[in-house]
Amino acid sequence: MIKPFEIIETIKMIQEENLDIRTITMGISLRDCCDSSGKKSRDKIYDKITKQAKNLVKTGEDIEKEYGIPIINKRISVTPISIIAESSDEEDYVKYAQTLDRAAEAVGVNFIGGFSALVHKGYTSGDKRLINSIPEALSQTKKVCSSVNVASTKAGINMNAISEMGHIIKKAALLTAESGGIACAKLVVFANAPEDNPFMAGAFHGVGESECVISVGVSGPGAVKSALEKVRGGDFEMVSETIKKTAFKITRIGQLVAREASARLGVSFGIVDLSLAPTPAIGDSVAHILEEMGLEKCGTHGTTAALALLNDAVKKGGVMASSFVGGLSGAFIPVSEDAGMIDAVQKGALSLDKLEAMTCVCSVGLDMIVVPGNTSAETIAAVIADEAAIGVINNKTTAVRIIPAPGKDVGDIVEFGGLLGQGPVMKTNPFKSGEFIKRGGRIPAPLCSLRN
Amino acid sequence: MRAVITVIGKDKVGIIAGISNTLADSNVNILDISQTTMQDVFTMIMLVDITNMDVPFETLSEELEKIGLSMQLSVKIQHEDIFNTMHRI
Repeated sequence: MIKPFEIIETIKMIQEENLDIRTITMGISLRDCCDSSGKKSRDKIYDKITKQAKNLVKTGEDIEKEYGIPIINKRISVTPISIIAESSDEEDYVKYAQTLDRAAEAVGVNFIGGFSALVHKGYTSGDKRLINSIPEALSQTKKVCSSVNVASTKAGINMNAISEMGHIIKKAALLTAESGGIACAKLVVFANAPEDNPFMAGAFHGVGESECVISVGVSGPGAVKSALEKVRGGDFEMVSETIKKTAFKITRIGQLVAREASARLGVSFGIVDLSLAPTPAIGDSVAHILEEMGLEKCGTHGTTAALALLNDAVKKGGVMASSFVGGLSGAFIPVSEDAGMIDAVQKGALSLDKLEAMTCVCSVGLDMIVVPGNTSAETIAAVIADEAAIGVINNKTTAVRIIPAPGKDVGDIVEFGGLLGQGPVMKTNPFKSGEFIKRGGRIPAPLCSLRN
Repeated sequence: MRAVITVIGKDKVGIIAGISNTLADSNVNILDISQTTMQDVFTMIMLVDITNMDVPFETLSEELEKIGLSMQLSVKIQHEDIFNTMHRI
């Protein structure tokens, strides 16, 4: 029989250290929902989602009760809508977003991802229309999340798309000005986007995926921090070993829930995403793990090294715990969703430049960054270009979720509420990048040998 | 199917009686009981067989929680697989 101290350890991790399953995400293919009539296509989409995901929330809740592990979110990801909608002759895809929103509402999930386009090499007509519809779509819906992949290691960086995304982000912020530009919190610009990511706002169901899959994202920064508290003063070997063991335990729970959910729902098991995802709750912060390693404040010198160690150890521990690992799998550093990150920005320890450096060694990128409302579209595009370059050159996923909060300036705090938290407005570089962005075209795919 | 019931809190008269009565009423068989005091906290762990249980899992879970509340204890029932998965390869 299992030992009492092991049982107590599990219970403590759940009750005191905020260990939870962050999300069960059902990926649904909509490839059979194309139609020359937009209305028919949307009816098919609605019917398919509400049929496939009918029992998703209930099953999640049942597992939560039986195993005593909180499952915070139940979500849906779908095939990028640009691929589905472009068979129709409609110019405006906002109605597709509204259909997704209604379907999400009907089955009770809190987010649905996949109002997306993959344009890392170029646009199709559907991609263009979808991207143009993003600001309206995100401001007129509550649960729809959108993502655009603008770069990949194999294709290079689509600078035209990046330039356009700068304007789209500005427009989305303005349309939701009264709520701090919240539409931008539901929009991710990717390089090397994974096709099986269960986390929002960047989740979509890739074209190489099966009809319907269940993927699970785990969490547990609190459990890692608490384990590290017990080895204070130990060397980095000890730090790394401790993180690995904790990550293993956390991921095993993810694996159990994913297997159980997919069996009960009768759909295949996709992946477990090993990410350490923070929440604004006290004791659920990635920044505090880095500080536990000995940094006075997250963002100071040494932060990138600490994060590199954390990210690597989480993966090493997690990989053996699950039969299929995928998605983003790494530590997240979303500023507004992490109490320690917010504090570090407010104390002046953490800057946008340092965050960019940190994204070189962890997933997923510049996440939930609030910048002044008067930041230009070109500057936002240049921030995206930098991040895409990091992803493309290092053969990893990077992303930007940036919110130019209308009417706000450095030092202000923008409240988004819930898991999105509250973001301190961060300073951007005052010098312009406009001429650089204006060039347009593509940055060619990088050489992947002679690496230095 | 087996589940683990954990009782955590301050030791007092009637804990086992209260819980085992509820279990018997629901046709749940107790397989093993162990109790210890860890860091000054009384901890009782019960392994139970819920295969022939005649109430829904949720109802039993709520019943046990209620007993816990009345005795100022935390009482939880969880499927044993969550512990096996985490601590056994």
